Amino acid sequence: MNEIFVKLNQYFAYPFVRYALVVGVLIALCSSLFGVTLVLKRFSFIGDGLSHVAFGAMAIASILNFSNDMLFILPATVLCAILLLRGGQNAKIKGDAAIAMISVGALAVGYLLMNIFSATPNLAGDVCSTLFGSTSILTLTREEVWLCVVLSVFVVVLFVLFYHKIFAVTFDESFAKATGTKAERYNLLIAVVIAVIIVLAMNLVGSLLISALVIFPALSAMRVFKSFRSVTICSAVVSVFCAFAGILISILAGTPVGSTIVVADIVVFALFAAAGAATGGIGR
Amino acid sequence: MALITCQNLTLGYDGKAILQNLNFSVNEGDYFCIVGENGSGKSTLLKTLLRLQAPISGSILMGEGLNPNDIGYLPQQTFVQRDFPASVREIVLSGCQGRCGLRPFYNKEEKELAKKAMEKMRIESLAERCYRELSGGQKQRVLLARALCAARKILLLDEPVSGLDPKVTAEMYDLIEELNQKDEMAIIMISHDIAAAVKYANRILHIGETVFFGTKQEYLQSEMGKNFAMLAGGTKNE
Repeated sequence: MNEIFVKLNQYFAYPFVRYALVVGVLIALCSSLFGVTLVLKRFSFIGDGLSHVAFGAMAIASILNFSNDMLFILPATVLCAILLLRGGQNAKIKGDAAIAMISVGALAVGYLLMNIFSATPNLAGDVCSTLFGSTSILTLTREEVWLCVVLSVFVVVLFVLFYHKIFAVTFDESFAKATGTKAERYNLLIAVVIAVIIVLAMNLVGSLLISALVIFPALSAMRVFKSFRSVTICSAVVSVFCAFAGILISILAGTPVGSTIVVADIVVFALFAAAGAATGGIGR
Repeated sequence: MALITCQNLTLGYDGKAILQNLNFSVNEGDYFCIVGENGSGKSTLLKTLLRLQAPISGSILMGEGLNPNDIGYLPQQTFVQRDFPASVREIVLSGCQGRCGLRPFYNKEEKELAKKAMEKMRIESLAERCYRELSGGQKQRVLLARALCAARKILLLDEPVSGLDPKVTAEMYDLIEELNQKDEMAIIMISHDIAAAVKYANRILHIGETVFFGTKQEYLQSEMGKNFAMLAGGTKNE
């Protein structure tokens, strides 16, 4: 046990490890807050779809040699999020099909473009690290960490301020509209925030694993807790805990960060599911 | 005094008209029933009354000092709600959302309103319970309490008893009648249960191939009403 602490201490001397931990925990917090809404709105796959869009956008950005990829990836992903979430109600192609279409489309086009206009000799490695986020979390610069902190604070503040409105719109959109809540506006807000979180989270777990970060904590919390507030809080705690534990374990055991966090989420989900089944749900 | 007046209303979607030239009004204290067969345009009329959808032509006038948002609405239960983790209190309170505007949190007044609504619906004891664990009748009462939070003078009920057993149905109708009599809420009820409409409503709008609008007595004298009475008589074997 002591050895582990000594080893951890050594690692924490490096700023990049501390950065990874801060960013990881913040992203986990943000994604879990909005994850509850997405799961309940039956939009679990939107995280997946948007992350593929972000992947496609990243491919285009790297081909065009943008100095700052973010400036292209973020708007492109936000735009797709708006199209997907707003079109949800009365689009000709229904929700899940639209998400699947955009998702695989962006993935294919992104990979194709990267292949044709390949700038690096190690294409397979590049693609792999974008998809599974192998190392980028450990190569964050100070500026990137600050950007992440600012955006995360922004997301959390938005969530707290609009908590009741998000609840109303999630539970019953037509009632909310009929009684004067501007449901479209809040759907738009949710779409934009989700897109921001996804682009941030790409650094942490890579684009294939983001939806795990969004849906697992929410689903775990829903096994046990029974009110919206307790589910939200529990989901945030679970997500932060799993991100923290996942990053530590991956440092100690030398495993890939993203998949270790997701495995931690899966383990917690299994525990919560068992607890929920055993007690029939305990919390209020 | 008329709370809602509809003039020459033509309804439909994608530019196709389903119902044409509807004229009716809902007065204070009315128990107003909208009946009709499936596909006759009941839901479209409801969405139009709630301003979720624009009419093709014609106008809906609200009574003095009344806002379209002041209609309390009891929707049919949706797929999303079936496993929604939310306590009864949270759901009832969300009925006050329209009053909040941009204010992020509920104030004391609104919390009090939600408490009163739960008392009226006799669900105070369920306040902390989880919505998805309630019975069909309890769920309906929760949603009705939420509608009460949003309502100032009018409640719009969409098939309030669909899927409920006869005993719970009767309780539901009693509750609605109580709101109409005691609290002087105007009720607009959409239903295909003509028997209940004739029993409780004072005015009836029957939509379909022909449209009828008038008091209950007039309805029973009308061609449609007579058809119904014959049917009802037939099934009762009297």
